[in-house]
Amino acid sequence: MPDSNALKQGAGLRQQEDLTLLHEVSVATAGVSRLEMCIQCGSCGGSCPSAADMDHTPRMLFAMLRAGIRDDVLRSNTPWICVSCYHCVVRCPQNVHIADVMYTLKGMAIKAKQYKDSTAPDFSKSFVDMVESFGRSFELGLATRHYLTHYPLRLPGMAGMGLGMLTKKRMHLVPSRIKDMEQLTAILDKAKTLELTE
Amino acid sequence: MNEYILYPGCSMEGSAKAYNDSLMAIKDTLGIGLHEVEDWNCCGATEYLSINLIPAYSLIARNLAIASKQANSTRTVVAPCSACYLNLSKADYYMDERPTLGQKVNEALAAGGLHYEPGSLEIRHLLEVLVYDVGLDTIKSKVVRPLTGLRVAPYLGCMVPRPDYYNRWSDHEHPTELDEVLKALGAEVIDFPLKTTCCGGHMTQIGPETAYELIRRLVSSADNYQADIMTTVCPMCQMNLDAYQAETNRHFGTHYQMPIVFFTQLMGLAFGMDAKELGFGLEVVSAKKALERIGVELPETQAPKKKVEGLPMPQRRLKKTATPQQEVEA
Repeated sequence: MPDSNALKQGAGLRQQEDLTLLHEVSVATAGVSRLEMCIQCGSCGGSCPSAADMDHTPRMLFAMLRAGIRDDVLRSNTPWICVSCYHCVVRCPQNVHIADVMYTLKGMAIKAKQYKDSTAPDFSKSFVDMVESFGRSFELGLATRHYLTHYPLRLPGMAGMGLGMLTKKRMHLVPSRIKDMEQLTAILDKAKTLELTE
Repeated sequence: MNEYILYPGCSMEGSAKAYNDSLMAIKDTLGIGLHEVEDWNCCGATEYLSINLIPAYSLIARNLAIASKQANSTRTVVAPCSACYLNLSKADYYMDERPTLGQKVNEALAAGGLHYEPGSLEIRHLLEVLVYDVGLDTIKSKVVRPLTGLRVAPYLGCMVPRPDYYNRWSDHEHPTELDEVLKALGAEVIDFPLKTTCCGGHMTQIGPETAYELIRRLVSSADNYQADIMTTVCPMCQMNLDAYQAETNRHFGTHYQMPIVFFTQLMGLAFGMDAKELGFGLEVVSAKKALERIGVELPETQAPKKKVEGLPMPQRRLKKTATPQQEVEA
C-alpha cells in the first residue's frame, strides 16, 4: 500500500486538512448545522432562485469553508443574495441547515467589516435599530431611512407608492411601541454579552 | 369553539391590515377564539438573525415565554405571518436541538424575569389550523356566496411549507392545503406551479433588480394561467407582489395588473361578508375587476389617474427577456 500522505502530497493536497473555519462557522450557527456533512452534491445551488446573482453557489461556498479560505468566504455576496426560501434546505440530502449557515456568515462578515456592498448590512442594522428602540418594526421609518441612504435618486419614484400605502393606512406615520420596553432592553443587553461558542 | 393564542406580528398592524381585518371578520363564523400574546414584540424577521445570534433568538423567545405563561386552555400559538411563524418555530425547535442555545437564551430571558421551556408550546400557521382543526367541511358549510367562476392562483411563498420543522404540511414544494380551501369556497383553482417559489423577500429593499425578476416570474405565470386574482397567506408576499408590481412592470416594460389578496379575504367574501369590511380596496393593484366576476361591487378607492402632461414618452426599454423555457425552469 502506498503511503496515503505521500499520495496527497503528490496530488498537491495538504497533509492535514485545516477545518478551523468550518468548525467555527458550524458552532456559531443556531441548531446543529450539520455543515460538516456536506457531500458537495450541488442540490443547493441547483434549487436556488437567486443563484444567478451570487458570486459562489452555496455548494462552492461550503467547499471554500472546508478549504479555510476565510477572506474570500466573508467577502462573497452569496449570503446577502440568499432570499431565505429554504428550497435548498428541504432538498439537501444531508439536512444541512443551509439558510442558517448563511445568517452566520453574514454576521461574521459584518463583524469583520468584510462586505463589498453595504446596502444589505445597513438594511439589517436599520431594522435592528428600529426593533431595539420600539420593540416593533416600523415600516415607514425603515423604508425612508434605507432609501435615503442607498437609493436617494429612487426616492421620488417610490414616494407615490409610499403615499399610496399611507393614504390606504397600510403604513403608519408614527411607530407603535411595546409597553414593557424596559424588559426587552434588559433581555437584549444581557443577550449581547452571550455567544454561541460550543 | 377552539381557543388559540394569537401572535399577530408587526405587518398585521400596517401593510397587512387587510389580513388582520378579514381574519377578525371570519373568526367567529369559523368558531375560533384568538387571544393575543400580551405586549408581544417583533420577531426580527430575517434581519436580526444575521446581526447577532443570541439577541435574535432572545427577541423571539420573549414572545414564546409570555405566550407560555398565558397558555391555560390552549398551548397552541397561531401566527398568520409566514416569517413570524418560521421564527417562532425556529426558536422553539433550535432551543431544543441545541441545548446550549436554549441555555443562553434563557439566561438572557432571566434578565427580564422570563423563561421558556422549548417544546411547551405548539406553533402553527393560520392556514394549517383552518384546514386541520376547523376542517374543510365546516368551511364549506359556511359558504353562502360561492366564488364560482373566479380563477384563483394559490400562492403560499416559502416560509410556510419550508423548512417545516414539525412536518405539518402535505408537501414542502407543492402543498395542497390552500388549493383545498379555495375549492371549498367554490373558486376555480389553477394548478399554480410556482405556488411556493420566492417573492423576493427583503430583496425589494436591498437588491431590487433581483426582486423584480422573482416578482415577474410569479405574476407572469399567474397571468399565463389566466388567473383573475392571486391569493396568499403571507404579508411579505402580498406586499412585494402588490406594492412593487408597478416598479416591476416599469423595469421590464410589461403591463401586468394582477391583484393579490389574502386568503382570509376570499373566505369572508364566500361567507357573504361585506368586501370593505374584509379590507378589499387596500390593495394597490385593484381587485375590482376580479370581484365583478362573482358579482361583488367594490367602491373605487384608487386615486384618480393623473392626467398625462406634455408629450407622450416612449416606454422604458425591456432589460431582460425571459424565454418560455426559463419560465418553466423558474
